[in-house]
Amino acid sequence: MTNNEFDNENEPWDLSLEPDSKWYALRLKQIFRFKDLLFLFVRRDFVAVYKQTILGPIWFFIQPIITAGIFALVFGLFGSIPTEGMPTLLFYMCGITMWNYFSDTLTKTSDTFTANAGIFGKVYFPRMIVPLSIVISNLIKFVIQFCLFMVVWLYYFSTTDIIHPNIAIALVPVLIIIMGFLGLGIGIIISSMTTKYRDLKFLIAFGIQLLMYASPIVFPLSLVMEKYPGFKYLLLANPITSIIETFKYGFLGVGVFNWGYLAYSLGFTIVVFFLGLIVFNKVERSFMDTV
Amino acid sequence: MSKVVLRVTNISKQYRLGQLGTGTISHDLNRWWHKARGKEDPYLKIGDVNDRSAKGGSDYVWSLKDVTFDVKEGDVLGIIGKNGAGKSTLLKILSQVTTASTGSVKIRGRIAALLEVGTGFHPELTGRENIYLNGAILGMTKSEIKSKFDEIVEFSGVEKYIDTPVKRYSSGMMVRLGFAVAAHLEPEILIVDEVLAVGDIEFQKKCMGKIKNVAGEGRTVLFVSHNMQAISSICKTGILLKNGMIDEMGDINTCVKKYNGLFSESVIGEASIKDRLNRANSSGNILFNNIQAYLGNKKTWDFRFDEDITIKFDCEVRKESEGALFYMALLEPLSTDVISNFKVVLCEETVSPGKKLSFKITIPARTLRVGQFLLYFALGDGKNKVWYDIVDNNVNLPALTITAIDMDPHYNLGLFSIPYKLELNK
Repeated sequence: MTNNEFDNENEPWDLSLEPDSKWYALRLKQIFRFKDLLFLFVRRDFVAVYKQTILGPIWFFIQPIITAGIFALVFGLFGSIPTEGMPTLLFYMCGITMWNYFSDTLTKTSDTFTANAGIFGKVYFPRMIVPLSIVISNLIKFVIQFCLFMVVWLYYFSTTDIIHPNIAIALVPVLIIIMGFLGLGIGIIISSMTTKYRDLKFLIAFGIQLLMYASPIVFPLSLVMEKYPGFKYLLLANPITSIIETFKYGFLGVGVFNWGYLAYSLGFTIVVFFLGLIVFNKVERSFMDTV
Repeated sequence: MSKVVLRVTNISKQYRLGQLGTGTISHDLNRWWHKARGKEDPYLKIGDVNDRSAKGGSDYVWSLKDVTFDVKEGDVLGIIGKNGAGKSTLLKILSQVTTASTGSVKIRGRIAALLEVGTGFHPELTGRENIYLNGAILGMTKSEIKSKFDEIVEFSGVEKYIDTPVKRYSSGMMVRLGFAVAAHLEPEILIVDEVLAVGDIEFQKKCMGKIKNVAGEGRTVLFVSHNMQAISSICKTGILLKNGMIDEMGDINTCVKKYNGLFSESVIGEASIKDRLNRANSSGNILFNNIQAYLGNKKTWDFRFDEDITIKFDCEVRKESEGALFYMALLEPLSTDVISNFKVVLCEETVSPGKKLSFKITIPARTLRVGQFLLYFALGDGKNKVWYDIVDNNVNLPALTITAIDMDPHYNLGLFSIPYKLELNK
């Protein structure tokens, strides 16, 4: 029972827990070991949400189409905001599909610690599994909504000749990845920062809404660049702007496409994501004491 | 010599008391400022010992302080202590739910903690889906769960409801299902918190059986419980925590005794027993003056299973009494059910004040099982059937402790043995 008895000192320890582990110890190996849990969480999120509903997964379609319809009515018809010659419904769906993916990921990852305190307080598994599962389940949701967008897109593509998709469409997978990591990165930073002081939680709720209006979703970037050049930099500083613009450019042939802007978004995402990883990794070890 | 699978070195854990709010941010900033300059955390130097009842002057408290121990492969270690002694904090650190403020933990092999049953159950999902989810949370892979699925369902005894959402389950069924999953974990080191407190008797027995099996397979188990009987029947070694520090470590029986506060009482002198009986204010006609258990000539309240128990009584007649009766009962400590009793006529003729009565009783070896027994004695008169003096653990009469002579688990079964004859065929 004491430390100085006979021991096989030479055999390495499998696991060593110390209060000051290195910030870069990301324990990727452990995450891999829990990959089954990752997919079970994804499955849980899907199966559980639509239990005891009649329409079930159809709700995935209803939400974006109605939002796009309302936008078309409010901003397109009443507000007369130009949509660069595109059918308003298609234009808004383009932005909303991409935006939903980002905002859903961000909202749900941002309360990882507080929402899962019950489980985290009783069992250890790499905490990163939870936000990762949120990104994946939102990705699946995105694919479903993207299919809906494709249906609308194909309809306009075959009935009109104003839509000119181009090679930038090949960038779409990259855009999706950037968007996912950006949402995840910001989400885990906020999640880590709200374990002790909850103030940021209040900010996030209306912050996301404000951010939507600072992104070219209900209006084209070109409009701002021409008419209100003062706000141009504000919009361009938003890393989401170029992602949505590139998405629109690839599918619709309108919007601003610029490698520089895109590189900025990518760089921003990488910085935010790694910052998030470090903060999250630091907080996950002892957040139970303060949550 | 078996190898050390868990080494805990100087683990301490500090908690901040009170609420978190605007007041605490100054401490955080100060701590951060010290860290930024490469200095030590100023708040780790202060803090009171973890004593619930004493009001401390500091906002910080050490929930654990310099806890060091090793656990060898195959050890079944019981961790005991009063509420707030730091047991759960220790388990939380070992199971990686939180980290220690200082010190290190080193582990060989897979470790799994069972601090709660059914962690992560989703009410909307069916029993089947939750088995997979809960298993994965506890660290099993999907294929492991699949291969044990039928066993788990059978162990839980909820086959019929396996495709029903668990929100329709009774709380008992949830616990059963949760424990069934946990019971099929196969880590090298298993940590079990007080999870047996829930569920009915039948299920508790099943759980205890399972834990015994795990221990029997040579795996390492750390077991926390307030049920001393469970602890001493499963564990070989123990750690007694007190105010966040190790108070006693080693043989489980020593720890249990110390926990029960009986350790010091077993060597208590004649005078103090007299004091505690506190005869001065009693008004009865016949009173106990002294009660003491002996092993041979040695005063003790601790006996081994194979030792004769002798208890000697000194009584005094205060007022004239028509005859004297003695009554004795042995009680089971948890339920305080009487497990054995008898009544004896001490004398039939009238006794006058000042007369001393002394007598002894002997309980033969191998009668009482391993464990603790509360004692209850009474004195009365023979005619009027009035009981003048009653003493039990309420007047701090020590309990009788019986310890095992070897590790045979059968010593823990039952409460006492009955006389019987066995004849071997020639």
